[in-house]
This record gives sequence, C-alpha cells and structure tokens, in this order.
Amino acid sequence: MLRRASMLLARRPILAARARPFSTDLPAAPSADATFTEAWTKVIPNMDPPKTPLSFMQPRPPTPSSIPSKLTVNFVLPYASELATKEFANPCYDLIPVFKHSILSLFLLIVPATTGQMGVLPGHVATIAELKPGVLSVHEGSEVTKYFVSSGFVFIHANSFADIIAVEAVPLDRLDVNLVQKGLAEFTSKLSSATTDLEKAEAQIGIDVHSALNSALTG
Amino acid sequence: MTSNAAVPFWRAAGMTYITYSNICANLVRNCLKEPYKTEALSREKVHFSISKWTDGKPEKPTIRSDSPEE
Repeated sequence: MLRRASMLLARRPILAARARPFSTDLPAAPSADATFTEAWTKVIPNMDPPKTPLSFMQPRPPTPSSIPSKLTVNFVLPYASELATKEFANPCYDLIPVFKHSILSLFLLIVPATTGQMGVLPGHVATIAELKPGVLSVHEGSEVTKYFVSSGFVFIHANSFADIIAVEAVPLDRLDVNLVQKGLAEFTSKLSSATTDLEKAEAQIGIDVHSALNSALTG
Repeated sequence: MTSNAAVPFWRAAGMTYITYSNICANLVRNCLKEPYKTEALSREKVHFSISKWTDGKPEKPTIRSDSPEE
C-alpha cells in the first residue's frame, strides 16, 4: 500500500510538468474568446458581442517556423529614438549556411544585461532582460556603433523584433574621462563614510555606474 | 513557483527600480562633455507646484523647482 502511494505521488508531478508547455512554444495568442462569442450569439443573436480587453490587445507574435533573416531593432529613449524599426538583414545566412556568422555582412547586437553581455541575432529566443549600466554595441557589417546605456530593458519578441528602452544612452565620445574618474573616487569615499543602508546603496550605485563608464572608455 | 531569488542590493535597501534608474541616468549625465552636459541638464529640469486638497479646497501651493540631482 505504501509503495502504491509513493508511485502515485511520483507520477503526478511528472505528468503536470509535461502538460505545461514552454511559453516559447505557444502559438500566436488569440484576440477574441471564441467560447464567449458563441455563447453570446446563441442568446442574443442581434447584437454584436461586447469587446473584451483581450480584443484590444495586439496578439503575441507567433514563433516563426524557420529562422528569420532579419532583426528589426527599436532603440528608444524618453526624449528621442536612436534606432526606429531599423532592419538588419543577414543576406549571407542562406548562401553559406555553414558559416552562420559570416564576417562579410554580420549583424550582431550586444546588450549589457544584468546577467552579462548578451548577443542578439535574428532568430533569438523571446527574452526580456533588464539592463545594467554598460555598453550597447551595434555591429553592422564592419561598422560598430557603441552607446553607453544607463539602465533599461530589452525585449526580444519571437518574430525577431528587439525593443531596447533606456533612460539615458550616449555615444562613447560624449563622455569625459576626468569626470568619470573623479566621480569614481568620490563615490568610493562616500561608500566608506556611509551610515544608513540607503546611503550605502546610493554610493554602491555610484561606484557601479562609474566603473562601468571607466571600463567603457578605457577598454 | 519559486520565491524571488536574491534581490538586488538597492531593493534590499528600500529603493525602487525607478529611483535606481533615475540615479544611474543622472550619474551618466553628469559625466558628459561640455555642450552635451548643459543640454542634458536643461532638458531634465522640472518646475512644478504641488498643493494638497482638503475639504474640496486647495491649500497654499508649494512651488518646487527641482534640480535633477534630487
């Protein structure tokens, strides 16, 4: 009897885990609830069913069956949009399938996520990543554009659209090395003289940001 | 569902994400080179007045000309 019970217990979670699909496997989300509209038309055939919040939402883009050849990037700030629906195509993808990262016409977006530098190519799995202060680099063929991003988020959708939102993003040549080093020294001393948790956190943030700025300018 | 893993140090100290993000942005702006720095600081200046309402009437408003460091 005890053996049966342990078998039953062991079986349940496995079934449950297999029944729940990964969110990346889901098809495009439906924009209207079919059961509701059927039930409505049965009872009140003359009136249109009311719109639910679901019908106002854009459906989730479906995961395409083959890797798309381009990555569309939106890079926006509160006061400007750096890249607005800029498409980056990788034409060499199909011609030379072995050398996926052909040096001739490579597009790569390197994003400073809190979990480390993340590279984004067309066909990247849908991801939401929080950004830490760091360098965002856009490699288009042989040209590289680098921006220092203060913080923000990057959303990569299943259909290879990437949305990067940041509060402040500046090209590296607009940063002043002396101010960065002065700031780093100032915050290091503030950390050692900080008393409350909040002051310590602020000083630590200052150190993180300034050391990221420093390595962006010198590295 | 798993409980939240290690919270970031600023949240443990009682700061919200938006405060953190604003502090980071201000620090970056303060490290800009000259013409860009004054542009950025002037873009971020705010000037507003707040008044508390009691019994349906506004009390005396306080005018806050916030400099972006705060």
